[in-house]
Amino acid sequence: MDIRIEVRWRSHLPEGRVRALQAQLALLGLSGVREIRIADLYFLRGDLTDGEVETLCRELLADPIVQEYRWGRTTPAPPASPSPENGQWVVEVGLHPGVTDAVAERLLQSARHIGVRGLQAAVTGTRYEFTGALDEATVRHIAEALLCNDVIQFYTLGPLTPVFAPAAPSGEVEAIPLRAADDETLLRISRERVLALSLAEMRAIQEYYRERGRDPTDVELETLAQTWSEHCVHKTFKAQIDYECRGGIPRHLPDGSLRHPPYREAIDGLLRTYIRAATETLGKPWVRSAFVDNAGVIALDERWDVSFKVETHNHPSALEPFGGANTGVGGVIRDILGVSARPIANTDILCFGPQDLPEETLSPGVLHPRRIATGVIAGIEDYGNKMGIPTVSGAILFDLGYTANPLVFCGCVGLAPRGSHPRSPRPGDRIVALGGRTGRDGLHGATFSSAALTHDTAQTVGSVVQIGNPITEKAVTEVVLAARDEGLYTAITDCGAGGFSSAVGEMGREIGAEVELSHVPLKYPGLRPWEIWLSEAQERMVLAVPPENLPRLQELCDRFDVEMTVIGHFTGDRRLTVRYHGAIVGELDMAFLHEGLPRRHLTAVWEPTVEPEEPPPPGDPARVLLRLLALPDIASKEATVRRYDHEVQGAVVVKPFVGRENDGPSDGVVLCPPETRSFRGIAIGCGINPHYGKIDPYAMAWAVVDEAIRNVVAVGADPDQVALLDNFCWGDPSLPDRLGALVRAAQGCHDAALCYGAPFISGKDSLNNEFLDPQGRRTPIPPTLLISSLGIVPDIRQAVTMDLKAPGNLLYILGITRAEAGGSAWYRVMGGRGGTVPAPVPESLQTMRALHRAIREGRVQACHDCSEGGLAVAAAEMALAGGLGLTLSLSDLPSTPDVATAEMALFSETAGRFLVEVRPQDRAALEALFSGLPCACLGRVTEEPVLRITGRRGDPILALPVGALKQNWKRDAIWAGYES
Amino acid sequence: MGRVRVLILHATGTNRDRETAWACEAAGGEPEIVHVNQLLRGERRLANYHMLILPGGFSYGDALGAGRLWAVDLRHLLGEEIQTFIESGRPVLGICNGFQALVKAGWLPGPPFTGEGGDHQAVTLTYNASGHFECRWVWLQANPSSPCVFTRGLSEPIYCPVAHGEGRFVPRDEATLQALQSHGLIALTYVAPDGGPARYPWNPNGSVADVAGICNLQGNVLGLMPHPEDHIVPWQHPRWMRGESGGLGLALFAAGIHYAASL
Repeated sequence: MDIRIEVRWRSHLPEGRVRALQAQLALLGLSGVREIRIADLYFLRGDLTDGEVETLCRELLADPIVQEYRWGRTTPAPPASPSPENGQWVVEVGLHPGVTDAVAERLLQSARHIGVRGLQAAVTGTRYEFTGALDEATVRHIAEALLCNDVIQFYTLGPLTPVFAPAAPSGEVEAIPLRAADDETLLRISRERVLALSLAEMRAIQEYYRERGRDPTDVELETLAQTWSEHCVHKTFKAQIDYECRGGIPRHLPDGSLRHPPYREAIDGLLRTYIRAATETLGKPWVRSAFVDNAGVIALDERWDVSFKVETHNHPSALEPFGGANTGVGGVIRDILGVSARPIANTDILCFGPQDLPEETLSPGVLHPRRIATGVIAGIEDYGNKMGIPTVSGAILFDLGYTANPLVFCGCVGLAPRGSHPRSPRPGDRIVALGGRTGRDGLHGATFSSAALTHDTAQTVGSVVQIGNPITEKAVTEVVLAARDEGLYTAITDCGAGGFSSAVGEMGREIGAEVELSHVPLKYPGLRPWEIWLSEAQERMVLAVPPENLPRLQELCDRFDVEMTVIGHFTGDRRLTVRYHGAIVGELDMAFLHEGLPRRHLTAVWEPTVEPEEPPPPGDPARVLLRLLALPDIASKEATVRRYDHEVQGAVVVKPFVGRENDGPSDGVVLCPPETRSFRGIAIGCGINPHYGKIDPYAMAWAVVDEAIRNVVAVGADPDQVALLDNFCWGDPSLPDRLGALVRAAQGCHDAALCYGAPFISGKDSLNNEFLDPQGRRTPIPPTLLISSLGIVPDIRQAVTMDLKAPGNLLYILGITRAEAGGSAWYRVMGGRGGTVPAPVPESLQTMRALHRAIREGRVQACHDCSEGGLAVAAAEMALAGGLGLTLSLSDLPSTPDVATAEMALFSETAGRFLVEVRPQDRAALEALFSGLPCACLGRVTEEPVLRITGRRGDPILALPVGALKQNWKRDAIWAGYES
Repeated sequence: MGRVRVLILHATGTNRDRETAWACEAAGGEPEIVHVNQLLRGERRLANYHMLILPGGFSYGDALGAGRLWAVDLRHLLGEEIQTFIESGRPVLGICNGFQALVKAGWLPGPPFTGEGGDHQAVTLTYNASGHFECRWVWLQANPSSPCVFTRGLSEPIYCPVAHGEGRFVPRDEATLQALQSHGLIALTYVAPDGGPARYPWNPNGSVADVAGICNLQGNVLGLMPHPEDHIVPWQHPRWMRGESGGLGLALFAAGIHYAASL
């Protein structure tokens, strides 16, 4: 008989999680629930006396002050009857077998520590009791919309019967009859096994095995599919492309010339021609590693290097938002461990559908954007906080185009002493797996992410989604950093997409490797060899360790309770040999594995959709400004960001929130890690704007590069020491229009990077972000380019924040304002159409250099960049953060003649502009620094907290109390359930 | 006596141990981060240190409630050593997760409130009233009539961040709260910036009576939810760029180390 334990709240104080659930019910529009009670469920199996169960309850499961427990021995419950029990509807939620249950794992360990040895297995669950005027359909709606995600969980109305052990179909190695297959069969095999390989690729594999006179094993075929997946090898970015540009703004080439459309050209790989080319041309000596390691690396000073990597976890987050985002964070942290660095900061940029989208407009199989947002944010919170890494920088954007396919960008910044990252495994070195055990989780993650989502993806590939266990990764981190400091390994990489197959295949690329799969520690028995090899179970690192260092590594692992296993060795034969209980189950030439992939040849066309510009009907600029401040993209993200620990490690000196009441939106953050014992700082920022991309991805790329650099320069980074990361999230690249837009964006990245002197050090693309609904309609996401920036602040004592500091100071604008409102927040909110998106500003770097000199001389009191919502929103944010007013005039605003209206002046989003607060005594010095550059004094800071703006002829345009600005800007508290 | 040796105890999931070590260093101590397993295997001995700190983090992932499993391990595996250390009068500081563990192990508020056949817990730290994790800066007022050796002579309020999901202080009952108050065991309370009673967000978690930290009767064991170790140097202050400073958490470490040195 199993034991069922219920633990519930008994304090007279209201329970926090009940309140949080009530708030979510209100957002669902459900008012019938009068009362909610929540209980934690534990199901135990084993040989336990009543006294032992009591001990477990008292010591481990229930808090004696605020909780109570009850338990009983149960036989499996009869099928639950969907009817209320004692006037209460009961929903019980459990995890599918095989899903990580970290609490149950800990319970088993701790039971042993308190001397309860008979406990064999444990499972957790949650019980919800609802009282009120409810019918079954409503209760099911609550369960499905809020309580249970069937990708990882199941629910019952009434008591659930726990599922203890995962079903374990055991299996052997299979040979796939490839040699005799015709084209149709090749494609069928690719489809049925979720290989995501094209016909050309399948033929290349067929040819390889025909030469060898045998068929591939499942281990080999799966290895090839993972290694050749878009996710791992970036086929599209390496493809040859025939490109035709039919319109749009001209390219601003590095030599200052313009290239006007139309033209045709052959592109020899986007990555090589544009992204890496920019880095190579710039040749910055402070770039330590670009595009070759798990993360890009730059120098902080003579002794320390800083690394940065940004990944996406879009498809998993669409299916299981918590687990998808959770493991996205976990994965990018392992990338930083993979360059032997200590993770010191996380970044998260999230794109969701509108939070107030009517439920009935959703396609079947699509989770509501609010649920996706809630789950994603909770997933980031869980992993980042538990790892003890401050989540410091990010953005949240909303667009209908992200409804079925949200974007979750997870970034991680690392710090390491110079020269501490070895990367040369030697023949004879052991292949050591560290960390989590291997299960059937995450099979086919790499290939799954390389295909479009459909309404039934959740059902067909549910196993790709996992829940992370950050504490395992935390312990692995301690071991890796200690092993690094003692020089115990010769190479390291993370186990990400493709699992061991990718990690070992990549590490042994130059020398060869041999692996014995039966040595891999498993979560449960019954995995086939290819499943062990391909599993994407989380929290695993792979190290190359000389045999003489194994005992010391084992000691470190024992100290930190980390499991360590030797799974093979590096050989020197340049082959990948995979064994299972001694027998060879796969054998591939490293050369074929890594170079046998046939190159793709793709066609791309860019043709702008020309829409005549229709500005919004003239309105009251004050009303427009208030609406812009409340626009979810612009509004305060405090309700979200405060759920992230942004203080741990003690390094954040310019925080996500700044100003008089610690709630103003910082442009970038600055870290000063205490272990460097210096005042040099690391600035982190980002730029992203899909609304420009819908009109012209080339202009978008320039604009977001400018924004990412602006963000870090505004807080004090040296514009001549800024590195960039690119993350492209795009639709299906086999469609010429999608690829044409991608080419445009890559060209923009190249041209802008050269113009700003900012090299790319790392990048990643996530393609096939399209949703295929049951009617067969394809919807791509808006073309989305995230540029992340990493800048060096020469001395953090000179860093600057964006909040106004003192009445009487002057407010300057740097940069020229043009009539560029296409894709702007203003047009989106007020119903404008078409228009010109912000064009490249090739002179931006000069402005930034002058600004940086002013900052170094201590002449800048506050600095804020003008981005979404333009000059007006930037001024409003400076005022509300400083709790001070501004009196501004547009009469001297540097602008082009086409800026004809006050609204255009206030809300245009021209790139390259900053607002700067200056003391009156610094006026002359500042103007001298900016001589010859567009720069003007707009007005002054006032004690009276009112934002007043007058027009070119002194005509009043708006006057708004700063309190009203702030109130509108802080509205997002509503959807995130912030109020306590 | 030479430098004060501070043992900073690391359990799997502890994450603010390094800042805590820097804080001790800045306060003149000699910190060493020691894993629980190193004590269990006899590689280090608690008795050889002058001060013990249980730092913040998510020990064992906070599975089954924050600090619960760490408390269970400490009580069952290291109970006697820690008990002896406490009884010897040496200073012990629990921060955030360390506070949760001290409370759930029964060392705070300690005898006569806990132990001796009774419940091992007189108070608890449970889920925030908001139902979620929160990170924000708070003001802490020291109780001048507390026996606490860490807050002795602390004249100005401490300003430092909280970062937790389970920091809501709840006593067993009203009588327990009154007893704690009358003995001065409520060493630190959340206050508003003007020094008045804290409402949300100044009391960030719904703690009863704005309690942020408590000590034992002897005054040598203190636990608190906020993170004084994250405000050791002026440039960590969120409004340093506005010219504001003060309220360093360093004072707490300095007082503890000073006291340890005096023993």
